[in-house]
Amino acid sequence: MLLTIKYFGLIAEVTQISEETLEFSGKQISELLTLLYAKYEALKTKDFQVAQNQELVATDALVNGQEIALLPPFAGG
Amino acid sequence: METKKPKNVFQEGAITSDFIGNSIYKHQTKTSIGAHNIFLGQVRADEIDGKTVSAIEYTAYEDMANQKFHDIRESAFEKFDLTCMHIYHSLGTVKAGEICLFVFVSSPRRKVVFEALEYIVEAIKADVPVFGKEIFEDHSHQWKLNT
Repeated sequence: MLLTIKYFGLIAEVTQISEETLEFSGKQISELLTLLYAKYEALKTKDFQVAQNQELVATDALVNGQEIALLPPFAGG
Repeated sequence: METKKPKNVFQEGAITSDFIGNSIYKHQTKTSIGAHNIFLGQVRADEIDGKTVSAIEYTAYEDMANQKFHDIRESAFEKFDLTCMHIYHSLGTVKAGEICLFVFVSSPRRKVVFEALEYIVEAIKADVPVFGKEIFEDHSHQWKLNT
């Protein structure tokens, strides 16, 4: 399936892009992360959460949304 | 309760004292209100390793953030007897000393607004995907973490 991956803040600094589309044939978020770690090695050392269709998900969640976002620690206010 | 489409909470740049003053003024017609409470988040000129923060550049996952602000709003209205509430958050550059967050709650009675305001501000800090790049005077930067 075709996914849109969004990157923010510190994470976008690592990936050097804020958004990309990616063909993904795996099942879990963790498999997607393995792909992204291979592409952006420095991601492994960064702290982030994953949102799927704008809701935070655990890494063992199934990929069933079209929009995935990698979110560094929140700093609102 | 009717479900509304999330409002846009974000404003480009600092929130001005004129804007805040005008928001207070607009409530003078709502005469069931007996108490307002206001939280203003201000950018602090933190000193880190001998360098001083001169501004914060805010970005957000805007769609998710507006949805989270909306959820916080709904949950605050469920928990507390509020007449109205308003949240505004900056995007882009806000200099040290300027306001980046404005939360305004109103109720017939005072006790409610103290509790509600703390609940809302803490929820914003914990749940809303907003990111802050702390810019130092020498133009280097680091990423802000909420503590």
